[in-house]
Amino acid sequence: MTGEQIVFLVVALFTLASGFMVVTTRNLVHAALWLVATLFGVAVTYGLLNANFLAVVQVVVYIGAIAILFIFAVMLTRKDMRDQGPQMNRNWWVGAILAVLTFVGLFFLLQGWSGMSMLAKDIPLGFDAVTEIGNALTSPDAYVLPFEIASVLLVAALVGAVYVAFNRK
Amino acid sequence: MSFLNDPLKVAADWLLGIFTGWGMPVTAALILIGFLGVLLLISLLMVLDIFLVWVERKVVARFQDRLGPNRVGPWGLIQPFADIIKLIIKEDTTPGGADKVVYNLAPMLSMMSVLILWAVVPLAPTMLGVDLNIGVLYIIAAGAIGALSIIMAGWSSNNKFALIGAFRQVAVMVSFEVPMLTMLLIPTIFAGSMGMGAITESQDVWFFFLAPLAAVIFLIAAIAELGRAPFDMAEGESELVSGYNIEYSGMKFGMFYAGELLHAFTFGGFWAILFFGGYRFFGLEKVSPFLAIATILFKAFVGYFIIMWIKYTLLRIRIDHMLAFNWKFLTPLAFTLLMVTALMNALLAGTPTWLYVSLMFLSNVVVAWIALEIARTYSRREREKVEGSKAGSLVEIEAAHQ
Amino acid sequence: MVPLSWYLIFAAALFSLGLFGALSRRNAVAILLGIELMLNSVNINLAAFWRYGDVLNMTGQVFAIIVFAVAAAEVSVGLALVISVYRRRNTVVADEIDMMKW
Repeated sequence: MTGEQIVFLVVALFTLASGFMVVTTRNLVHAALWLVATLFGVAVTYGLLNANFLAVVQVVVYIGAIAILFIFAVMLTRKDMRDQGPQMNRNWWVGAILAVLTFVGLFFLLQGWSGMSMLAKDIPLGFDAVTEIGNALTSPDAYVLPFEIASVLLVAALVGAVYVAFNRK
Repeated sequence: MSFLNDPLKVAADWLLGIFTGWGMPVTAALILIGFLGVLLLISLLMVLDIFLVWVERKVVARFQDRLGPNRVGPWGLIQPFADIIKLIIKEDTTPGGADKVVYNLAPMLSMMSVLILWAVVPLAPTMLGVDLNIGVLYIIAAGAIGALSIIMAGWSSNNKFALIGAFRQVAVMVSFEVPMLTMLLIPTIFAGSMGMGAITESQDVWFFFLAPLAAVIFLIAAIAELGRAPFDMAEGESELVSGYNIEYSGMKFGMFYAGELLHAFTFGGFWAILFFGGYRFFGLEKVSPFLAIATILFKAFVGYFIIMWIKYTLLRIRIDHMLAFNWKFLTPLAFTLLMVTALMNALLAGTPTWLYVSLMFLSNVVVAWIALEIARTYSRREREKVEGSKAGSLVEIEAAHQ
Repeated sequence: MVPLSWYLIFAAALFSLGLFGALSRRNAVAILLGIELMLNSVNINLAAFWRYGDVLNMTGQVFAIIVFAVAAAEVSVGLALVISVYRRRNTVVADEIDMMKW
């Protein structure tokens, strides 16, 4: 067991445990906070994959904006401070069976692929991921069109969210 | 390389020799040395934090035409230690219906979000915690964790005022991150990299002279992020009885308070690094790293003094005015400035330095002047709308008195 | 050295947890939490394939960044809808939001 493997196992177990708590805890604000822990675990996973730009953007966008949005939404959509009633559907066991089937199916699908035990090659020296991402996102023969469409999508979402949630007094 | 030239490397090599002499494997020894370095930095920062309490109280006293603490020790220097002893021996209460884990975690997260910022502050050419090539984004990420800790504090206190204070504070923090992030991109454009070390190294001309408006907008956004006056709606004693930290007493409150002061000092430091040359002072940093540390600490103190100056001079702004100011004035101005800077930078590439500096400075002044003219026209129109009705009633009252 | 299979199985497990959350929870906000977990697992897959494939080809990371943008847009509109529904119907339990108009 190399150090890298131990670190990955610790991070993965932490993230999966937090994910499990997100979907099972009764208290919704706790669920949102466990989501923050999960997102942080995912950010550390990006760090392990040498994708440090993704790791920092994950913290900024997901934890700094989306998780805070979730906490606000949880607090604004309740009549009192406590959660009442059952938190799971009547047919939650069907959901559980489907989830387990999905995982088992994905697992067996991946086992049949020969590249599963691939090891990571070393990153070439002097490789600056941030410059490369910048080039990829803005050069015409790379991904500038999806980038611009994503910005249009964000403007549309901004206008839509403000319009939908606007309180006309 | 002697101790004066590169103290950290000399110390690290000496410790490595000792640890491997004891039989530890090299990787474990390196991890332990890294740990000890982090411990050293945090200890020094917390001692600095104590000193900052004294600075804050003396400066606010002088601004308010009084002396400040001067009884405990020479010039009141022992006062912060007395404060800390008082906070530690206070009873550590937890309110009745509070969520215990979240309630106790919030001050720790708040302090943590400030301390981790110092990992990317370049103290000297060879002393940098981690030379992240995305240091600028890392600052925003740490601010995001700070916002999270505030909302945890506000919600878990089981107190409506705390919740409202936390909501307002987080709304302000999240809103003002947009112009702050945009202004952080301007030194990135000039330096060609997001790493703090690279930004400091490329400041032969201080970026303040290349983009003064960016420095001003960054300062305003940083003060709003810090939650200090004039943006401290969430802590206004008269409005919200100290907002999200109502229910906190003793050392937990101390962590929020000291964390806020250290956060202000850290942002003074970032203002210095991004716009005023960081540890550079006409080549002084090459002489010794200790001079570089002294330079950056001095500049950070100047920045912190300016932040305090603004706090103790201006009145508190109402929450809806704050948000309107951000979304209707500051964000469009920040985006316009970013576009103008990027355009000018591309057009003026390769021109001699004096021409580059003067034209960039001029473009900033033009953008600021246009923005202020637009704001002035808008406020003139608003004032006419309000005073049109008021002036009429004032005339009537005057006529009735005659 | 961590083999690629570990990252993919980790992402598959996170996806299944998110699927369970999206299918079994009553509160609409909790369903959105499950969807967020699924989006994160997809991003882990993309980043892992970038790292274990050709590092010089930035497609994996670019795709992950676009997924960030899409997730942010979806969460903001979704939560705006949930808050709007709460204002009209005073409930966010998915089972009780079953009539279009009365």
